[in-house]
Amino acid sequence: MCETCGCGEGATTTVTDLGVPRAHEDTREHEHDHARQHHHDHDTHDSGAQTVTLEERVLAKNDLLADRNRERLAALGAVAVNVMGSPGAGKTALLERTVRELGPRTPLAVVEGDQETLLDAKRIAAAGGRVVQVNTGAGCHLDAAMLAEALDRLAPSRGALVLVENVGNLVCPALFDLGARTAAVLSSVTEGADKPLKYPHMFRAADAVVLTKIDILPYVDFDADQFIANARKVHPGIEVLRLSSVTGEGLDQWFAWLDRARLAAA
Amino acid sequence: MHELAITQSIVEAVTQRLPDAQVTRVCLVIGKLSGVSVPSVEFCFGPTTEGTALAGAELQVEQTGGRVRCRHCGDEFPCDDLLAVCACGSVELEVIAGQELLIRSVEVRNHV
Repeated sequence: MCETCGCGEGATTTVTDLGVPRAHEDTREHEHDHARQHHHDHDTHDSGAQTVTLEERVLAKNDLLADRNRERLAALGAVAVNVMGSPGAGKTALLERTVRELGPRTPLAVVEGDQETLLDAKRIAAAGGRVVQVNTGAGCHLDAAMLAEALDRLAPSRGALVLVENVGNLVCPALFDLGARTAAVLSSVTEGADKPLKYPHMFRAADAVVLTKIDILPYVDFDADQFIANARKVHPGIEVLRLSSVTGEGLDQWFAWLDRARLAAA
Repeated sequence: MHELAITQSIVEAVTQRLPDAQVTRVCLVIGKLSGVSVPSVEFCFGPTTEGTALAGAELQVEQTGGRVRCRHCGDEFPCDDLLAVCACGSVELEVIAGQELLIRSVEVRNHV
């Protein structure tokens, strides 16, 4: 029904567990129906109209579930990091590299969010990561209920860093608290320096902006200083990281940023 | 198009709060800095409410204006633009109103 981004009615979410790394036999699949419509039959006999004041926040339920996710992770000394950005920003590539290099010294788990396919989860699993894939069907973002279900499957270990790759989208994920401790928005040097101005809600929602693919800066028309100035115009004080998941340049700062988030919870 | 999920949350919240009511009108408050598009919510409302106690209900949206406070000079002023600059030159503006996303009230006909 929605021609803007493909959202449709009767959306179903699927959570697929790719199993504990190296336990390749155990590729359990698990589906849950999340059709969120409630049906009520009403044999109505009018008894007059009346106004009922609700004053209820529309996202109250999501925010409550997000708080529960945060508390559940905090009880384990664990934290989740919401990794957002447009499709192709380099989210999965950065998480692969993070799994390979940070994984050996830090308990890590990954939640992958996409409309369809297990492609990203397979990449993380191939890198040796513990991963669960959430397929949102027609949905354009992850929400707190989806993360709760992913955490049920993941059962993160004590002190774990749970990296949540949101659906590639610079709009919708900004509005839905997942229960992450911190959020990063990735933006690549091929995307244009004006992105923070065009998508201010996303850049305001993130605690850090990560400029990716800096290894190809010499070949593209991208003004990194202008991009950072734009990000700071929308969100003064936002932390800025620059890196390349291919050459490894700047990864130390990303790992240090993740470590700070994790240690702050310990 | 997060407005679909937003509209589904509205239907869910109302049917949970008032499980026995037939809803004839829904009054929302949507702030101009909330990141939620009113036309998109209106577009989603009909199809989303179909088959629920909100089917056929009238949707009324009150849009509230934004207000910001400058972290630099302390000035407060109305503002509907996330890219605004304070008269003092600072862009460090804290949003103090306009991010509302509320179900203010509903009009119901109870069945007996």
